[in-house]
Amino acid sequence: MTELLVGSKKGLIVLEGDPGAGEPFAVRCRAFPGEPVDFAMRDPASRRILATVTSPFYGPKIWFADDPAGEWTQAEGVALPEGSEEALERIWVIVAGDGGSLYAGGDPGVLFESRDGGQSWELNRALRQRRVDEDWQPGGGGLCLHSIVPWPGEPDRLSLAVSAAGVWHTDDHGETWSQGNRGILARYLPEEAREGSSQLCVHRMERAARRPERMFIQFHGGVYRSDDAGRSWSAIGEGLPSDFGFPLTTDPSDPDSAYVIPLRGDFDRVMPDGQVRVYETRDGGASWTPRGEGLPDHQAYLTVLRRAFDRAGEGEGLQLYFGATSGDVFGSGDAGESWFTAASRLPPVFSVTATA
Amino acid sequence: MALVCLHGPLRELAGGRATQQVSGADVQTVLRGLEDLHPSVCGWILDERGTIRRHINVFVNGERGGEGTSVSAGDRLEVLPAITGGT
Repeated sequence: MTELLVGSKKGLIVLEGDPGAGEPFAVRCRAFPGEPVDFAMRDPASRRILATVTSPFYGPKIWFADDPAGEWTQAEGVALPEGSEEALERIWVIVAGDGGSLYAGGDPGVLFESRDGGQSWELNRALRQRRVDEDWQPGGGGLCLHSIVPWPGEPDRLSLAVSAAGVWHTDDHGETWSQGNRGILARYLPEEAREGSSQLCVHRMERAARRPERMFIQFHGGVYRSDDAGRSWSAIGEGLPSDFGFPLTTDPSDPDSAYVIPLRGDFDRVMPDGQVRVYETRDGGASWTPRGEGLPDHQAYLTVLRRAFDRAGEGEGLQLYFGATSGDVFGSGDAGESWFTAASRLPPVFSVTATA
Repeated sequence: MALVCLHGPLRELAGGRATQQVSGADVQTVLRGLEDLHPSVCGWILDERGTIRRHINVFVNGERGGEGTSVSAGDRLEVLPAITGGT
């Protein structure tokens, strides 16, 4: 049985099903009805579910529950210091670190850490100071810290991506931060302004689990690979119908693998030719293969947001799931060879996380 | 003391009481006083800057007020979600 936590414009929807059956998943429950749920995840250590909810009235909060159909408790410490010149706008993502910590990233470019399973959170002040000292520019979705990438086996090493403030790394558990943007080309800036610019709109970043120095990013126009732990990047988007998109994921068993979902471009953020397609590489981006068996292949102008693509398992049994702002959720139980509709007619999907 | 009237989840956070007596010379001070009485309210009405959240309205004796609106003893503060917040 696989569980999908679907963050949507109108609540958290918990789906359960068997990808081998090829049937729609069942809705187990819906939490936070009417409220935008930006992201939800099941902590692999505690098995607790954490959800980020941005009430249009009462602001962003993190909530946790052992049972999503039961009582939810508001986490503490999810705020900027009182008297700040800006307010916390949204929490985009929560990720389990390698040393027992949980990390949350949000707007305006902030990182929080929890050492008690998500009950209380502490702002990373060193990164916050970089944002205060430097003129980070927000992307269209705000100044969002959306990707948090631990290094397996080394809990003090962490990489982040911020839209639009590029890639950041720490080797000392967040005491100091350095940038890793060499080779990323911001085509949306004038040529003379590109060199050394930090106005880099990374849309999603992932690390190859079995070769941690290898990383991938889906950029705002460009797909990139790094083989030096995110210090420098090479374009690998050739062969895709478009190198614009939001989400990206990998097969943990294969460091040469990545999956992206191209959109036409920043001028028209829907799938090319009205066809729903996931593109897969198994050679580090040298070539890409469209995967669409079972997916809509005409008159489908869908948009998939950056956190709405996730995986469970690995290898031949890799499960892939993505949700669209149309309210459709699609899944594959065979690493993308074939697909099925896991849910339809949901509210606009902001995020999907899968637990097998 | 002003009379602060709360609705929906704010009422739950304030111990289930629909009204609270809170002292303060302006709206922000009264709302900070409410947070002191009920720390669970922190972050729900005022953000980190001390600003009333964009889609929350505070009325003082029936007129919409801001953080600096003066409050006198016996005034009635209604804290309500705005009609602009839901899409």
